[in-house]
Amino acid sequence: MKYIDEYRDGALARDIARRIAGEARPGASYHFMEFCGGHTHAISRYGLEDMLPPGVRMIHGPGCPVCVLPVSRIDAAIELAMRPGITLCTYADLMRVPGSNDTSLLKAKAAGADIRMVYSTLEALRIAETEPDREVVFFAIGFETTTPPTALAVKAAIAKGLRNFSVFCNHVLTPAAIQNILESPDVRKLGSVRIDGFIGPAHVSTVIGTEPYEFFAEEFQKPVVVAGFEPLDVMQAILMLVRQVNEGRHEVENQYIRAVTRFGNNAAQREVAAFFELRKSFEWRGLGSVPYGALRLRTQYAAYDAEKRFQVVVPDTRDNAACECGAILRGVKKPLDCKLFGTLCTPDTPMGSCMVSPEGACSAYWTYGRFRRNERQHETRRQGI
Amino acid sequence: MVAKTIKRKLDIVNGRVNLSHGAGGRAMNQLIEDIFHKAFDNDWLRAGNDQSAFDVAQGRMVMTTDGYVVSPLFFPGGDIGTLAVNGTINDIAMAGATPLYLSAGFIIEEGFPFAELERIASSMGRASREARTPIITGDTKVVERGKADGVFISTAGVGRLPPGLDLRADAARPGDVVIVSGSIGDHGVAVMSKRENIEYDTEVTSDTAALHGLVAAMVAAGAPHLRLMRDPTRGGVAATLNEIANQSRVGIYIHEEKIPLKPEVAAACEFLGLDPLHVANEGKLIAVVAPEGAQAVLGAMRSHPLGRESAVIGQIVEDEHRFVQMATAFGGGRIVDWLSGEQLPRIC
Repeated sequence: MKYIDEYRDGALARDIARRIAGEARPGASYHFMEFCGGHTHAISRYGLEDMLPPGVRMIHGPGCPVCVLPVSRIDAAIELAMRPGITLCTYADLMRVPGSNDTSLLKAKAAGADIRMVYSTLEALRIAETEPDREVVFFAIGFETTTPPTALAVKAAIAKGLRNFSVFCNHVLTPAAIQNILESPDVRKLGSVRIDGFIGPAHVSTVIGTEPYEFFAEEFQKPVVVAGFEPLDVMQAILMLVRQVNEGRHEVENQYIRAVTRFGNNAAQREVAAFFELRKSFEWRGLGSVPYGALRLRTQYAAYDAEKRFQVVVPDTRDNAACECGAILRGVKKPLDCKLFGTLCTPDTPMGSCMVSPEGACSAYWTYGRFRRNERQHETRRQGI
Repeated sequence: MVAKTIKRKLDIVNGRVNLSHGAGGRAMNQLIEDIFHKAFDNDWLRAGNDQSAFDVAQGRMVMTTDGYVVSPLFFPGGDIGTLAVNGTINDIAMAGATPLYLSAGFIIEEGFPFAELERIASSMGRASREARTPIITGDTKVVERGKADGVFISTAGVGRLPPGLDLRADAARPGDVVIVSGSIGDHGVAVMSKRENIEYDTEVTSDTAALHGLVAAMVAAGAPHLRLMRDPTRGGVAATLNEIANQSRVGIYIHEEKIPLKPEVAAACEFLGLDPLHVANEGKLIAVVAPEGAQAVLGAMRSHPLGRESAVIGQIVEDEHRFVQMATAFGGGRIVDWLSGEQLPRIC
């Protein structure tokens, strides 16, 4: 396939792998966090970790919007959807995310809630137009990539005079989350997570550019490479990070020059700024409360903000205590460290969001990497005899 | 003297099914005769009995049933009617059997246009004639608006097994080869291209086809070497291979580069975020064949119009975990898992 296969060329990838192995200093170790679940997925799907020398390790970050949504907000959405007259429109990824007490949107739908799976904000708008008797709420979620479409949906609702459309806003911000990780005790004090550099998500930077990372690359002296999602993109980004570390640099570099610029998409940024403002604080699964890490609709658009319009109360509910999603999202643990992984928690019976979302680290491990663990078990068993 | 009533014809162009068409009275009778009997036309239906009789061959028979609820009802390359005939024929054919007769049950939503019903019925008639497998009995029910999605069809079929042939789900053995009869994912991509909320332009058409002719050629060429056959419908090739691995207590190792895949299908899957291995097929089969018979069976498949692109995609291996694994074109390995939940595009 033109412009796809070129970025999945195994021979080229092995060539980059040789260069990484050649340039990584013997005895030194390099710990890089790929922030985004899309990168985690690519790394697992293409077996990239197997191509890296032993000193280069990848740490999976929290960049999966479904994964970082706390259970309390799923509970709030379910409560809202169960109210008569409400139609909740959501992307399909959220349907199976567990709420507390073994609930989910999928189960709420079966119990009678009017929940519709949509593919875009436009579809939710169309439902609001064609069914004026329903209060249509769009479950808005995602990083900077999905925020402009939500802004445009509110803009369109205003232009069309739709009074039955609102947004349950869960948009979160990438740079704030990375900064939060760098400031966390795990990284700064306890030393339980070592991070020598970041791979930043290219699709986010098509909107925000690379410039927002410049502050903390400098402040925390950590290199950042904004990279695409194809396996060659990721391999090249790792090589660029190895070089920065070797040369003592901590710059923001752009691997995805085919679409990302330093300042991003101005038109999209203007729309987002017009409709959204920063939340002083927002709960992330795993990271806890992240200051200025999420968006809400501006006060003048309160009529379109479902939380205000329907007086949504976000309950104080918590994850299953045995679920390690939080530690996995912070990079402290890997999916295989979780006792529930592959036993009680599978994609068919998920206990935590990281197993549900296709971008989640647990899902990626389950889907593509299970056999590695079994090889290991195999090996351990054989050695034990 | 009683005046002779004039029977008015069904208004196929503008008319719609109403509740009286399922009530057992004259209206229902007229619907059945004017649409279904006309489309399926055969001696059994003309006899007008509640059941149909046929002679039973010596040896073993197979029987199967399947429900069809596809949305949308019409898609590039076929409709719910062609699926209802071909799908049930294929379930019979996967045993290596020759399909003989079909039944068809319709659950129709009040308000469904006669014109669409006639179109579906004539697709079924055409498919059953081409497959030489007549629909010899049927049933019609009408439910209130909102209680069904246009029309649901349920078909059952019976077939005759060739003497001595016994294909079983647990028959795959390490060393056997896995063959697919052609390009994968065509049906699912064609259907999704017409779903109301994600319409996209594509040249891809559904691969819906009755496979018993292809199967007969395979049986003739290598019956003793055939272990089992499956048609990879819902859940795609991934689900079928996982079923085989589980039931036969083996692992399966396939090679991405050997799997026939149309570039258009690969492209559609790419932008919808789907794995072609999870996308449904309606005119393909997967065969597990003993290695010594693989060339003969593959040759027979490639000589048949429905199997021209047949390819060996992998082999059965020993694996206590019963994993399906794939060597990727990229050069790594990965698990090919069942699909969890509904196949839906991702958001970012």
